[in-house]
Order: sequence, then structure tokens, then C-alpha cells
Amino acid sequence: MAPLYALGCEGSANKLGIGVISHDPTTNTTRILSNVRHTFNSPPGTGFLPKDTAAHHRAHFVSVAREALRAAGLTDPARELSCICYTRGPGMGAPLTSTAVAARTLAALWGLDLVGVNHCVGHIEMGRFITGAANPVVLYVSGGNTQVIAYAEQRYRIFGETLDIAVGNCIDRFARTLQIPNDPFPGYNVEQVAKKAFYTVAADRTTKTPRDPVLLDLPYAVKGMDCSFSGILGAADLQAAQMQKQDALLAAGGALKEGEQRITREDLCFTLQEVVFAMLVEITERAMAHVGSKQVLVVGGVGCNERLQEMMGLMARDRGGSVYATDERFCIDNGIMIGLAGLLAWETGFRTPFEESTCTQRFRTDEVHIKWRTD
Amino acid sequence: MATPEPAAAIQPPTPPADSASTHEFPLPPILQQPSAAGPAELITQGAEGRLYRTSWLTPTRPCALKHRPSKPYRHPTLDARLTRHRILSEVRILQKCRREGVAVPALYGIDESQGVLSMEWVPGRPVRVEVNEFLRRRAEKYPHSDGGRGRDEVARDEEGAAPLVGLMRRIGEAVGKLHKAGIVHGDLTTSNMMVRPWEKDKGPVNGHHADGQAEEAEHSLEGEIVVIDFGLASQGSADEDRAVDLYVLERAFGSTHPRAEALFTVVLEAYKDTFKVAPVVLKKLEDVRMRGRKRSMLG
Repeated sequence: MAPLYALGCEGSANKLGIGVISHDPTTNTTRILSNVRHTFNSPPGTGFLPKDTAAHHRAHFVSVAREALRAAGLTDPARELSCICYTRGPGMGAPLTSTAVAARTLAALWGLDLVGVNHCVGHIEMGRFITGAANPVVLYVSGGNTQVIAYAEQRYRIFGETLDIAVGNCIDRFARTLQIPNDPFPGYNVEQVAKKAFYTVAADRTTKTPRDPVLLDLPYAVKGMDCSFSGILGAADLQAAQMQKQDALLAAGGALKEGEQRITREDLCFTLQEVVFAMLVEITERAMAHVGSKQVLVVGGVGCNERLQEMMGLMARDRGGSVYATDERFCIDNGIMIGLAGLLAWETGFRTPFEESTCTQRFRTDEVHIKWRTD
Repeated sequence: MATPEPAAAIQPPTPPADSASTHEFPLPPILQQPSAAGPAELITQGAEGRLYRTSWLTPTRPCALKHRPSKPYRHPTLDARLTRHRILSEVRILQKCRREGVAVPALYGIDESQGVLSMEWVPGRPVRVEVNEFLRRRAEKYPHSDGGRGRDEVARDEEGAAPLVGLMRRIGEAVGKLHKAGIVHGDLTTSNMMVRPWEKDKGPVNGHHADGQAEEAEHSLEGEIVVIDFGLASQGSADEDRAVDLYVLERAFGSTHPRAEALFTVVLEAYKDTFKVAPVVLKKLEDVRMRGRKRSMLG
């Protein structure tokens, strides 16, 4: 049997990603043929709004899809593709809808099956394929989701999750507080600022002196296998406001109070990362102990963070296991992850009928029947 | 289907090599000292801490030593803060339980900077082990006692079920007392409850004068329920948290002792008899059951 091809369309947040993936059911080999992404970035200090993001996806869908097909070398998609896969949810309503409309149009145009995919399952399947981790505990961390997941009996079960905002949302919003740019993505820029906490640069900007970063006071909010980030964001915002007061005072020639800690952007970013990542690693470790797994896979946009990967590696090493992580091409939302999860479902006979090809902002990871896994 | 000429596929990054799967954990400093009672024995290894069996003051007094090792991934300042905070919180909860008459291990000593907590050694075995053994023995003794029901479930009026019903009652009472004392356990499973055998005609045996003999005593469902491991416990009186405690226990019965699940109502009855606010909590339990422990994220 020849390999099957699928087009995956992802647009649940500010990334529009379209890609072509192939999977051979007889040999179980997967190949990525193209992975094109176009990101909507708002100016520093602001976030992306659903309306503007949806307009971005509508404006760029055709060119991104054309590029994905061209890069994959497909010339007659109606005959070459098996199905069109799109993100059914979870995500922001307006961007999801615009991508679903476009995917529906392509399916109708070429007479192909439609497959609606759960975004989280897409991340997990992509991570498993890229890293080769067979049955890991999955930490899924992004701007919209924070979940610790383990597989059992054809479901990806949620062991722990955030009780309020996602960890990526916490970091992104803090980047806004500090006016850190959104390009290429705010979490990456926060990570770069945090790295600067490890040295001081002399006034002539040429010599760097190593220093120990200062861990400022932020709350730590873990409850069993769940965690919470909104209070941490609030406390970090207060620290940032305090820093701005200090800046103004020093600029006016004043001096800090006796024994007052000088707060810096670098230490703030460093502290935020240390605290929220420690929480994530802790709940992941608890899930690993619970299910008796030694593999951990980190997926989602925040999963690209090198400090998080390092901390996860230290934890896994202590448990005699290892961490699997990918880079930004596969970690951050992309079209091929939707294509892969959709194609695997399509092979088991799953179809999304045209009249049911809706999308939803709330779509739990454990609602999906993972028919393609039999372990 | 025509096969398109594929463009060069993107190479996935190489997966990391598995690190060594066998390794030894270093003992906490206090256990590295020579001891007349011999080396400490590692009992269990959880995500948070490790439990050792060693002795306290005299070689014949067994004690449980809980060590929360420092986590290499955490910033040292944060690590010290968390370890200290959690040890102290666990200690406060143990003391409060003791004051309120809830059966928990007696506290011997703490070193919060080293992350070490030593407690009375509770003789006997976890409820999980005792119940499973009881069910196995019973199935051998009364092979046809399922009375025509589909599954081999134990009903309370059945032959030989009385000891199990009694145990379930004592579990319900223990949880009721715990909640009455203003403590929520946070991880209430049948592994976190011990059955401490009664001493002959005297009530419960204590670790002190048992001298390990209680270990050899015949295992049965007879004994006092001692709740252990307050690592995830908190002080609070929210009905929601109490209901989740009961739900976790109910699920623990469902997944590890499905045949005894039918008797869970006995636990809830005893809970109601012990704890005045129970009806509100049981009503909340209905909600928790409906949605599972997690929020449904619908609406």
C-alpha cells in the first residue's frame, strides 16, 4: 500500500500553520513534506485579539496553503491527498472558525474527506513521532493550555492541569507588562532577558561580569497535581510596578531605602521562569510517580524553553529516565501536527461529515477516542 | 493514487539517549550515622519523599523517617523555602490531628532544614493490602457466594462479609473525624491508611512496645484505622475539598478493590454518623461525581 498524504490546517491561536504529512500504515513510517507557518504578532505591550487574528488567517490562508503544497511537491491535491485535517478546538473562536471555513472550502473543492482534530492530541502525536517516545507522560504547555497527560486505554487522560490561566499566557502577559516584544514570540524574548540575569555588562558595553541572579519573592501555587498561575502573574506585575517606581526615583537622583532590594527586568524574568517551571516539573514528577513512567515528553510552545527542558532533564535523571523535547518547528503550533493526528484517525475510519464540521473553543483532550493506539 | 515527488523531508531532531535506569539514592545525613539497630530500610519512594524504617532513641523502638530530598532542578532558595514550608505544614497537621483525637502516627522529631521528619512506626499493613487479601481468602472460602449477581461483589448481609463491613465503618469514622478536625487529606487512598492491630484486650498496639511482634501477628481486618502521609494535606473546611477527599477514596476503591466497591455506602454512612456537616459534603460529592475530579470546562 502506498503512503497516504494529508493536509493539516492549524489556526487555533495567532499561528496559521499548514503542512503536508505522509504516513504509511503498513510500515508505520511518517514523513514531513512541508511545514509552513505565518504568525500574527501584535505590537509590544499588547496581545492578539480574536478579530484581528481571524482577519490575519483569512488574509494569509491561500498563500500559506499554496506554499505548503508547492514545498511538498504536490501538483494535483484532489488525487494525491487522502483528507483535509483542521483544528476543531480548543482555541479562540474567531481564528478557529476562519481556518475551519477555509479547510471546508478545500475539502469541497477537491472532493476530499474532512477530519476535525483536537489540538492537544495533535501536539502529543507530533511529539511522539518526532522524539520516538513510545508511551511518555506528556506535559503540554502553551499560551492556552497547561496539562499533564498520560495515556491509558485509548484515551489521553489529564492528570493535572492549571486551575486558571495557562503558563504561556502568564509569561506572555508578563512580557506585555515589561513591554517585551512579541516577535518571534514573547516567551522566547522573556527567556533571553532571563539569561541576562547571569551577568552584568559594564558601562562601556564590552565587558561582561558573571553574577548570581537574584530570586525575587513570588508565590508558588501547586495543589496536588494541579497548579495556578494568575496569582503569580499578579505578584510579578506588582514587582514590576515597584521596579518602575525605583527607576523613576533613581532617574530623579534619589536613592533607594536602606536595605531595599533593587529589582531588575532580568531578575524578574529569571524568577518568573524559575518559579513557574519548578511548579510544572513538580506536577509532572508526581504524575510520573503515579503511573510509574520514566519517559517525559514536553510539547507546546512553552516546551521550546531551554531552561524548562533542562529542569525537566534533571528531574527525569533523578528518576532514572529521560526527557524528550522538540524545537520550535514542531513544538509551536503547526499544520503537520494536525495533519498527523487527523491522518491517523482517518486511517481508522474516522470522518467529520460536512454538516458536523464545526469548531469549539472547549474540547477536552480526554474526549477523543485514540483508536489508532492499541497498547 | 498518484505518488507525488516529495520535497526533502525535514529531519526530526535526534531523541536523547536513555540515561542509566538503575541508581542508588543517597541517604539523608541523619541515616548515614552508624546505628545499633542496623541500617535503615527504604520502604517507599514517592514523587515527594522517601520513607525509611529506622529506630528512635533505643534500637528496639521502630520509627518511620520521611525524607524530602532537595530537588536539583529547583533554584536552591526556592527549594529550601518549599521544603521547610511543607515539612512544617505536615507537622502542624499531624499535631492538630493528635490533639483532636484522630489516629495518626505520633511525631518524634523534625529537622526542617534537612527536610527530615520522624514519626512513630505504625505496625500493621495498609488497608489496600488487607482488603485485597481478605477478598482473596473469602473467594476461596465461599466460591459461590455471589448470589446470582453479575459480578462477584460483596454485599453487606452476605456470608463472611461482616469483618469487611466493620472495616469500612471504621474507615468512614476515621475520615469523618479527620474532616471534623478541619483537615483535608488531599490524597486519601487505601494505601494511605493502615490497619493497626488491636493489642490483646487492650485496644490499639503502639509502635513503642510492639517490639516488632505486631508485625508477625495474624493479619486481619481487625484493628484501628490510622491515616498516614499528610504530604498533600491542608487545613481547611471547604465542602468542595472534603467532597474531593471522599471522591478520591471512592475511586481508589473502584480501581483497586472493585469487588468491595458496593460496600462504599457503609463508609459514607459511618462518615455521616461521625461528622455533623456530612450531609452538605455528601451533596457536594454528587456534583464531584458528576463532573469527575476535574472541571468539565464546559461553559
